[in-house]
Amino acid sequence: MLKLKSPHEIKELQLCLEASETTRPCISVCAGSGCKASGADNVIASLRKELEKRNLAGTIDLKSTGCHGFCEKGPVMIVWPEKVFYNGVSQSDAKDIVASVMNGHKPVEKLLYKDPNTGERVLHEHDVPFYARQQRILFGNNGKLDPKDIRDYIKVGGYHALGHVLTDFTPEQVVESVKRSGLRGRGGAGFPTGVKWEALRKSAVRPRYIVCNADEGDPGAFMDRSLLEGNPHSVIEGIIIGGYALEAKEAYVYVRAEYPLAVEHLSVAIQQAEKAGLLGDNILGTKMSFRIHLVQGAGAFVCGEETALLASIEGKVGEPNPRPPYPVQKGLWGKPTVINNVKTWASVPVIINKGADWYASIGTERSKGTMVFSLVGKINNTGLVEVPMGITLREMIYEIGGGIPKGKKLKAIQIGGPSGGCIPASMIDLPIDYEALTQAGSMMGSGGMVVMDEDTCMVDLARYFMEFLEEESCGKCFPCREGTQRLKDILNRISQGKGTEEDLELLDDAGWMIKETSLCGLGQTAPNPVLSTLRYFRDEYEAHIRDKKCPAKVCRELIVYEIDETICDGCHACVRVCASEAILGEKDKPHEIESGKCIKCGACIEVCQPKAVLVH
Amino acid sequence: MPQVDMEKVEPLLEQYEDQRLNLIPILQDVQETYRYLPELVLRRISKKLRVPLTEVYQVATFYRCFSLVPRGKHVIQVCLGTACHVRGAPRVLDRILRDLKLPHAGTTEDLQFTVETVRCIGCCGLAPVARVDNANTHPHLTQAKVGGLLKKYQEKAEAPKAAKPDEASHAKA
Repeated sequence: MLKLKSPHEIKELQLCLEASETTRPCISVCAGSGCKASGADNVIASLRKELEKRNLAGTIDLKSTGCHGFCEKGPVMIVWPEKVFYNGVSQSDAKDIVASVMNGHKPVEKLLYKDPNTGERVLHEHDVPFYARQQRILFGNNGKLDPKDIRDYIKVGGYHALGHVLTDFTPEQVVESVKRSGLRGRGGAGFPTGVKWEALRKSAVRPRYIVCNADEGDPGAFMDRSLLEGNPHSVIEGIIIGGYALEAKEAYVYVRAEYPLAVEHLSVAIQQAEKAGLLGDNILGTKMSFRIHLVQGAGAFVCGEETALLASIEGKVGEPNPRPPYPVQKGLWGKPTVINNVKTWASVPVIINKGADWYASIGTERSKGTMVFSLVGKINNTGLVEVPMGITLREMIYEIGGGIPKGKKLKAIQIGGPSGGCIPASMIDLPIDYEALTQAGSMMGSGGMVVMDEDTCMVDLARYFMEFLEEESCGKCFPCREGTQRLKDILNRISQGKGTEEDLELLDDAGWMIKETSLCGLGQTAPNPVLSTLRYFRDEYEAHIRDKKCPAKVCRELIVYEIDETICDGCHACVRVCASEAILGEKDKPHEIESGKCIKCGACIEVCQPKAVLVH
Repeated sequence: MPQVDMEKVEPLLEQYEDQRLNLIPILQDVQETYRYLPELVLRRISKKLRVPLTEVYQVATFYRCFSLVPRGKHVIQVCLGTACHVRGAPRVLDRILRDLKLPHAGTTEDLQFTVETVRCIGCCGLAPVARVDNANTHPHLTQAKVGGLLKKYQEKAEAPKAAKPDEASHAKA
């Protein structure tokens, strides 16, 4: 692509790209990590083969796009211009899909989304209930773009906001706009972005640095990954606008090493932006010079904490430092630094394009705009969901998420990753915004939303999080290092049926102590999963302690496996998979589990068709 | 001390300026090249970047993606993120470990497999998942699928042996 020499040339290029757009049909297949895992690469390969075989390569376009969000039904695709939405596509469907495009777009019925309630087939993506309630201002373009082609982004209006800012805004006006929009940090804490930027501008120290935190460490959250994979230029544009507003010359994007595809797409995007004259010296012929560096994390959860992340960029161990001084005062190499999350940066061009007031009109009194959640766990429609702030949990779970699978009962929703807390099913009408969640003992966090049904044990879940946090505690400060270990030990004891009533008091006391005395955000929020489950599910803890029972039948020391002789048809399937040769019985006769040998791995339940394996 | 092919080190180091901020990227390259961080290489890096060896080790042992002992040919990352956890990942992990006769996450004696646990690779919609060799993600795992998964890579692991006898003997050594 040619180098753009002035902000106006962006608009010209966009018009030119629009004009050259053909009316050729285009099959755009989601090639995000989720759909790739479901076999998208094979689907694309067989589509390509089919097109070549029928000599249609110049008649029908084929495109790999970013994540559409509906991972559950992957691989998904949209056939343009009719915008027909197909889900659960496999290699063998290539023939039918190409044939349908050639036969006047008569859709392939079996690949259309089937509404589980009405049984009807749905033709378009926006009519699928999963999408119908969403407001996708950050993720909307993911399904349209080839993330490795900057022209696709420019065609949908990309870099328009940057051009606008460079010609019509002073840096102060950009900060003012961001402030007025009410945008709050999407990384979890929810600090007002404009206020942070303003604080940095007060410092006279130069140089200033910009950092994009893409160290999405919270288990159960993957929206930053999807945005970087699917629309990396939107993040880059936001960062460049930030560079203009903050008068910085360099930015660092810190991406987790666990996201290889995001790293690849982002580095391609940075190179393309450099070639197009959007990064480097004299951006778009102006006086502004700006560079973005990509830094890969090396696998440490604590590096999501801003001071630890800065240390990691500097090549040191990722240990946090006490604040103040805050990074805006003393950040990277001791210089003023603004750190924002991926989605925060991607929101900036939207605010510039649509206006601060438009953005502020979405959401609730104090939480503006949209929030992206990863809706996962025991839920029918798993995937990424972008909704206006203030939507209720009920709408999220039943309307968008399609309810709980297998007719099970909702028990709790864990929001905000290991720093967040569990919200019980009884509070399902809670509106989702920063304040409401904090009040309920949880937090927005990065937006991970793990749904749990009656088969999830809350003690086990708390134990799981403590194990995670104990492993990931960097060890610098005592309360977090020792405290997380002690909490884990106590929870282990309880889940083994060896807990005492005093343990519950101890969990509570120690939890608050860790919260109040830890050095960084990791320790200060670490006890949340324990404290919130204690608050809402104390009866489950008590059942483990008093009755030595795990009501959800999860904790291995407290359960026994048995085969119901009246149901077992003696098919031998369980005998074959049993890891410890604990199942006895001849073929076609009811089997029996030798409880002394059984290691409770659950393999038999997985394979038993008549559901004869019972857990007590 | 095991034999280390030091010839690969210099071209690798030449790609970077001798600055502290390049320490982690260099270690990542070394880890990828050697499948671990050999002591001799760490000593060389320390000298070249003028970073004390203790600090090089501090970094090398702090981050999860570095290993001071050789990793297997195939690295299986079993995701233990929250979504995978509630959908049964711990049992899948146990199964993989049992099948590979590993007492806990680590490397098999024949250096074919390393089993690691990771906390979320961001495929929560397909939980439980495992990723092999940082590229192939296996969705919706069950204990029953573990056998097939391992076999796929066992065969792959053994295939080059026939083609390159010297590499096979090296692996044994």
